[in-house]
Amino acid sequence: MTGPAHLPGQATQSTATALQSRNLGFRWGRQQPLLTFPDLDLQTGEHLFLHGPSGSGKSTLLSLLAGLQQPTTGELMMLGEDVSHRASGDRDRFRADHLGVIFQQFNLVPYLTPLANVLLPTRLSPLRRQRATPTPTAEAASLLGALAIAEDHWQRPVSQLSIGQQQRVAAARALTGAPEIILADEPTSALDADNRDRFIELLLTLAKARHTSVIFVSHDLGLAHHFHHQVCLEART
Amino acid sequence: MKARLALTLALASLWHRRGVLALVSLTLTLSVTLLLGVQYLRSDIRQAFTSTVSGTDLIVGARSGPINLLLYSVFHIGDATNNIRWSTVEELARDPRIDWLVPLSLGDSYEGFRVVGTDPSFAAHFRYGRDQALQLAEGHWFSDTFDVVLGAEVARRKNHHSGDSVVLAHGGGSTSFMKHRDSPFRVSGVLAATGTPVDRAVYVSLQGLEAIHVGWESGVALPGRTLTPAQARQRDLTPSSVTAVLVGVERKVLTFQLQRAISQYRDEPLSAILPGIALSELWRLLGQFERILLYITGFVVITSLVGLMAVLLALQAQRRQEVAILRATGASPGLIASLYLIECVALTLVACVLALALGAAGLTLVGPWLLDNYGIRIGLRPLDSTEWLILASVPAAGLAVALIPALRAWSGSRHQGLGGSD
Repeated sequence: MTGPAHLPGQATQSTATALQSRNLGFRWGRQQPLLTFPDLDLQTGEHLFLHGPSGSGKSTLLSLLAGLQQPTTGELMMLGEDVSHRASGDRDRFRADHLGVIFQQFNLVPYLTPLANVLLPTRLSPLRRQRATPTPTAEAASLLGALAIAEDHWQRPVSQLSIGQQQRVAAARALTGAPEIILADEPTSALDADNRDRFIELLLTLAKARHTSVIFVSHDLGLAHHFHHQVCLEART
Repeated sequence: MKARLALTLALASLWHRRGVLALVSLTLTLSVTLLLGVQYLRSDIRQAFTSTVSGTDLIVGARSGPINLLLYSVFHIGDATNNIRWSTVEELARDPRIDWLVPLSLGDSYEGFRVVGTDPSFAAHFRYGRDQALQLAEGHWFSDTFDVVLGAEVARRKNHHSGDSVVLAHGGGSTSFMKHRDSPFRVSGVLAATGTPVDRAVYVSLQGLEAIHVGWESGVALPGRTLTPAQARQRDLTPSSVTAVLVGVERKVLTFQLQRAISQYRDEPLSAILPGIALSELWRLLGQFERILLYITGFVVITSLVGLMAVLLALQAQRRQEVAILRATGASPGLIASLYLIECVALTLVACVLALALGAAGLTLVGPWLLDNYGIRIGLRPLDSTEWLILASVPAAGLAVALIPALRAWSGSRHQGLGGSD
């Protein structure tokens, strides 16, 4: 376990805390062992690389950060608010307002067009809708353009998109409405090397423009150099 | 905003899965059509039945029970216990409370169809359904002693037209050996279909009926005593008795008073019935099975709804990833659950609309054919409140059925972690 490593010379414009966790622990069931996680500290606009072998609890940690699960022990502060003791409805609202999530694959709702998938957060959160400038659709269009999704693909069934395109549409959805934090769960594991590097560069460039922190989970240490900080989760036996 | 989002998502999801769901909707549509159709026909047939005779205030016959009198005078089923003397009919005609009366004389038959002897007042006063008068499809009402007017079904089944010659049989039954061969009748007209027993009857004048029975007093024709048509036209053919009389009352408030007076008639024992009441009583006896039919089709709809629920539950397994995406984007478990409710109700609504269209199209196509071939009159009409209620209960039942997958989705998505696989 390595603690949060602040690299020198990477100070961002804002020094507000994006994420702070202390003694986080989670148990999936009464009979299950308690999973414990290293303390995390992240300033807004900074990116964190979470690394660990499979079974190290990466996805569980992301579920806690996303507010889909409530930590069994410890505290979780996000954007200066204690979210670890909130009711699930509040956590859902917090996630809709302040978080973007990118999965490993199958990121898109199959019956919505790519454009409608990107607009989903602005339809679920009034705050995200308000932040999407100039309008949600215009922002979605510019994000899709920036992520190199050709305009004739915006209305196609998502099943006609390549995996790389699907992941980039998912990135656009995570970025839309400028959330403070993006949680990315091995989003590049299904991509080849070229696509992978391009994806990470695009994601981080667009995140930087929005002062959005990216928490990126991967088992591929070769990606760590893109990020300000890295934390390693230990393998569990 | 959330409600609109839920609606958009649910409809998009339904459209996405239209292949599988089309079949379930088809099952549901057919069962709703069946349910609605049974209820529709039920009230239509009851309406048609209870208005087999309308406009007639009283039916008078020899003393008997109301159902019996109704059966032989209107439906031509069974026989009268006794006849009414012609003098009684003449006395009734003089009663100031009586507006009009139509004498009916039954007994003979033509190829199994009942022969009804009456006079021109029948065409003038007989009404059925919603105050509809009898219409002639061809020809004219009887003017000669040996003219006959055929009901629609009689003409169709025996393929008769105006000008055809027919020989009536003595007594009822389709295989009567005693026929009035020496006095054939000429078809003067054919009635339009009514959907009532009128379609299955043959109408002649009282005089015609009297003429063919001269010489038949002992029940069989006595040689030399019967009349030729030419002789018959010379004679006074006033009947000595009739079977029943349809009565129209001058002022409707006097109907019960008149009914009582006729029942207490001093010269011979008579009964007078109110046809509407007697028809309703008869329907209560006959109408039990259609209620059972409605219950059965109700169960068919429930079965299709259970089938719909099974499909929704099966689809739920495929939807874990989609639910994970929506949850990660900030959708609450309630929104996920509402998708299932909306989808199920939307499917039932589609089924209801399709069932209405299917039923209307079916009635429009089949209605005229039914009337022509079976004498059943069923037309398009606005649905009544009971039918709307039955129709509305289908989406309501759909909502109840959807609660099961919705609750499952709700509790499942509460405990689902990030990603569909956890």
